[in-house]
Amino acid sequence: MNIAANRNFVALKTIWVKECTRFLRIWIQTLVPPAITMSLYFVIFGNLIGKRIGEMGGFSYMEFIVPGLIMMSVITSSYSNVSSSFFSAKFQRNVEELLVAPVPTWVVIMGFVGGGVARALIIGVLVTCVSMFFVDVKIHSFFVIVVTLVLTSILFATAGLINGIYAKNFDDISVIPTFVLTPLTYLGGVFYSLTLLPDFWQVVSQANPIVYMVNGFRYGFLGVSDVNHWTAIGLLIVFNIALLSVAYQLLKKGVGIRS
Amino acid sequence: MSTTEKALDIQGLEKTYAGGVKALKGINLQVEQGDFFALLGPNGAGKSTTIGIICSLVNKSSGTISVFGNDSVTQEVAAKSCIGLVPQEFNFNQFETLLQIVVNQAGYYGVPRKIAKIRAEKYLKQLELWDKRNANARELSGGMKRRLMIARALMHEPKMLILDEPTAGVDIEVRRSMWAFLKDINQQGVTIILTTHYLEEAEMLCRNIAIIDNGVIVENTSMKTLLSTLNLETFVFDLASGAKNINIPEFEHRAIDDQTLEVDVPKDSGLNVVFEEFSARKIKVMSMRNKANRLEELFVKLVKANNTPSTEPIAKGEPT
Repeated sequence: MNIAANRNFVALKTIWVKECTRFLRIWIQTLVPPAITMSLYFVIFGNLIGKRIGEMGGFSYMEFIVPGLIMMSVITSSYSNVSSSFFSAKFQRNVEELLVAPVPTWVVIMGFVGGGVARALIIGVLVTCVSMFFVDVKIHSFFVIVVTLVLTSILFATAGLINGIYAKNFDDISVIPTFVLTPLTYLGGVFYSLTLLPDFWQVVSQANPIVYMVNGFRYGFLGVSDVNHWTAIGLLIVFNIALLSVAYQLLKKGVGIRS
Repeated sequence: MSTTEKALDIQGLEKTYAGGVKALKGINLQVEQGDFFALLGPNGAGKSTTIGIICSLVNKSSGTISVFGNDSVTQEVAAKSCIGLVPQEFNFNQFETLLQIVVNQAGYYGVPRKIAKIRAEKYLKQLELWDKRNANARELSGGMKRRLMIARALMHEPKMLILDEPTAGVDIEVRRSMWAFLKDINQQGVTIILTTHYLEEAEMLCRNIAIIDNGVIVENTSMKTLLSTLNLETFVFDLASGAKNINIPEFEHRAIDDQTLEVDVPKDSGLNVVFEEFSARKIKVMSMRNKANRLEELFVKLVKANNTPSTEPIAKGEPT
């Protein structure tokens, strides 16, 4: 490994470990709440209400919502991890530690996004483990599960980074999750199949990117999906390239971090 | 790398902020390798903007910066690797331990963790912070936080250390230990650039000086040359008693109290007349020294000459 590659690798490892240490240090705020929230979803929507709903897509309602709930936790945690961590670094000004050092922009992005992905994957595993108490988790395609999970967490970690770059105060990092992310997730087919919607709303729903993630992920578990899983993976790759490019340009220009 | 290369070479540096404020109006500045250099100026003069641009914290509008011959844009990695920054504000993560802060900083420069830990021990011990290595940074006193930032800046062993008001708000004991430490690392070959409002500090530590005001360099010379432009030298005499009875018509003088007399002596005059007066009055001289605020007088004069009203007075030896 040449000197530059070695330096960048050490820098990347440092940022990533620092990011992981951060969310592990405050595990009671970062790892426990999703597990508790999802347990409540499983109990209320899956166990109590779900029994009255009956089957959906050929599976029990509980089985149907498990992939969506895991994905919902992954989306929320990857996004909030990076948006809050990057904004805190700006707020405490310790982002300057990175700016003065010879750390390439792509290393900064990979380090922060990598931290968000790590938290999302841990949450994903935790919520999956919780779901096993309520339902016999089936796996149709491990490959699709892993690819969808990783691409989704990268996408939302990057989106969180962009939010953190633009954020000027703590309100700014809660606006998007509250007013954009949560509605899109709830309307993204976590709790229902798109086929239940009137035709018009089925078409509208297809403009919601989270529909593809939830359904792609559901295909990995159950083998059924409202959208083609390859389309979902393809779109995830396109969205990832687009958002990573935006994040790169913003950080390179110093938007929100350099005057 | 040639030893004749400047540690820092700034040419035509300009900065206009988004609101239209022109913070730097084309400054040129050179700092020699191994120098202990003071960059002084009133609040809002452009010191921190200059440092921010050198350290990539602020985008420049135009001009060039070269650090040990490395252009800050085209050879950014090499240029950044030469610089260690001790900023004015505390900018570390308050929830991390000292060890995490300094080891991580080394990691950003590509220093492997094993080596970083060895350096962390070295610098934290030198700066008397080793006992606190596992404490959260927020638990430190102000002086400790300042020393932590110095340790952090040294972790990649830079050739040049830039300190933006490093001793602001710390007590005299800590300040003196920091001065000794900075002198020591300068003697080891590290170029040091210092901004401070303690002009006594700059006078004591720095060999060369630039004064910036209203975005322009109004003076850039050696400390010795600058101080030699003062026509008067003020001597402070500590007397057993009787300072208030002294009358020396040749020189301006004032009794601070009955034991302390200040006398302004023109450079080409001797002190014999003063001692003759003391002898005539049988006054015992306990000690004498130069008044250490000569730089302050020059500073005020230069800033005034630049026709820029200073918004805050420069108090003697006190933070502004």
